[in-house]
Amino acid sequence: MSSPKILLKLTVNGESRQALVHPMARLLDVIREDLGLTGTKEGCGEGECGACSVILDGSLVNACLIPAIQVQGASLRTVEGLAGTDLSPLQEAFLHHGGAQCGFCTPGMLVAGTHLLEMEAVHDEAGAREGLAGNLCRCTGYVKIVDALLAAGEGRP
Amino acid sequence: MRGQPSLCDVLTPRSLDEALSLRAACPEARPLAGGTDLMVPFAAGRLPDRLFLNLWGLEELRGITVSEDEVTLGALTLFREVAAHPLLQREFPNLVRSAKVTGALAIQSRGSLGGNIANGSPAADTPPSLLAYGADLELSSLRGARWVPYAGFHTGYKCSLLASDELITRIRLSRSREGGFHYFRKVGTRQAQAIAKVSLAAWGRVAGGRLQELRLALGSVAPMPIRATGTEGILLGQPVTELPFEAAHQALQADISPIDDLRSSARFRRRVAGNLLLEMLRGLGPA
Repeated sequence: MSSPKILLKLTVNGESRQALVHPMARLLDVIREDLGLTGTKEGCGEGECGACSVILDGSLVNACLIPAIQVQGASLRTVEGLAGTDLSPLQEAFLHHGGAQCGFCTPGMLVAGTHLLEMEAVHDEAGAREGLAGNLCRCTGYVKIVDALLAAGEGRP
Repeated sequence: MRGQPSLCDVLTPRSLDEALSLRAACPEARPLAGGTDLMVPFAAGRLPDRLFLNLWGLEELRGITVSEDEVTLGALTLFREVAAHPLLQREFPNLVRSAKVTGALAIQSRGSLGGNIANGSPAADTPPSLLAYGADLELSSLRGARWVPYAGFHTGYKCSLLASDELITRIRLSRSREGGFHYFRKVGTRQAQAIAKVSLAAWGRVAGGRLQELRLALGSVAPMPIRATGTEGILLGQPVTELPFEAAHQALQADISPIDDLRSSARFRRRVAGNLLLEMLRGLGPA
């Protein structure tokens, strides 16, 4: 027996999108499989690693922990929405500082970092590290990611 | 993901009244707030529930109200909102600190005080602070609303006073903490994200050189968040210059019942709980 699906209407990176999904489908799966935006990654699937970070109605959230029913009508930003014609300053800073190695955590880092910059929550290294505490990276040791975030926060490359 | 969304349905009430009607009519529907706890076992296929009661959109459960004597928090008050609230920062620093060590920012944007309480994890971060501040809970149903002391709400591992037709709707804290002391410390593998191996929250008041009031609460050392009432009894009324450290330490060991699990051992938890108590008590003595 299958439960009825809901017609989910969302604004995704500024565009109106719709998807027919089960109400308890994870937002992460809706983003990747129904909306076809595979920049958002699944790491742990339990809210520990931040690879699935997205900005939902202005809040930083883990898309793996949110059921589709709770995002009806919401505005969603994913890593695909960060760049305009050019890369965003944070994306440029990641390139400049070597903030990505294997790249799997990078979409989550970029989304979380973008949120922190927009909240004006990046004042120093301690603040940057605390802000990114929910995003795990197994390659870089975080130094270059934090450098990139601080640089973007100070408006330098 | 091994969970099965295709087998699950969700009831989404538009008002608290409708939520309480649905709760009474469908007690099998599992209340779902921000999802930060429930979605983990759900996605892993470890949650037996097939029907959920979605509380996320209920405005009646949101908001922090301050009166002269009390602060009342809607059950859906988010950890992020607790952490950012100036009055809570001033008067209830343990609650703010425990909200700030609950997961990290993305968890704090979805996790709620009421959800944290209802989930009933013995390792939850905010319950010891709520116990130390003597919080009361409002439990609501179609039959009406009742206030109960949070101490005593948890009756065992994931068991509570909440009836099958009730929802936790508000949390109330009494103000007048002037001259009191606050202590909170969570011990885990790291500051963010880690689940507590042991946590201890305390609030008390010293007057006339004696410890006149004390509420001491711990997480991760019993089947549920607990008050250490035996330890409180040993310490209450004692002069702060001659606190009975050894007797209090022994009483604490009798108050707690930690277990070995994947995060820590009972032995480590007993030792750390004792150390936290002593650290807190040393902070009370003459400088």
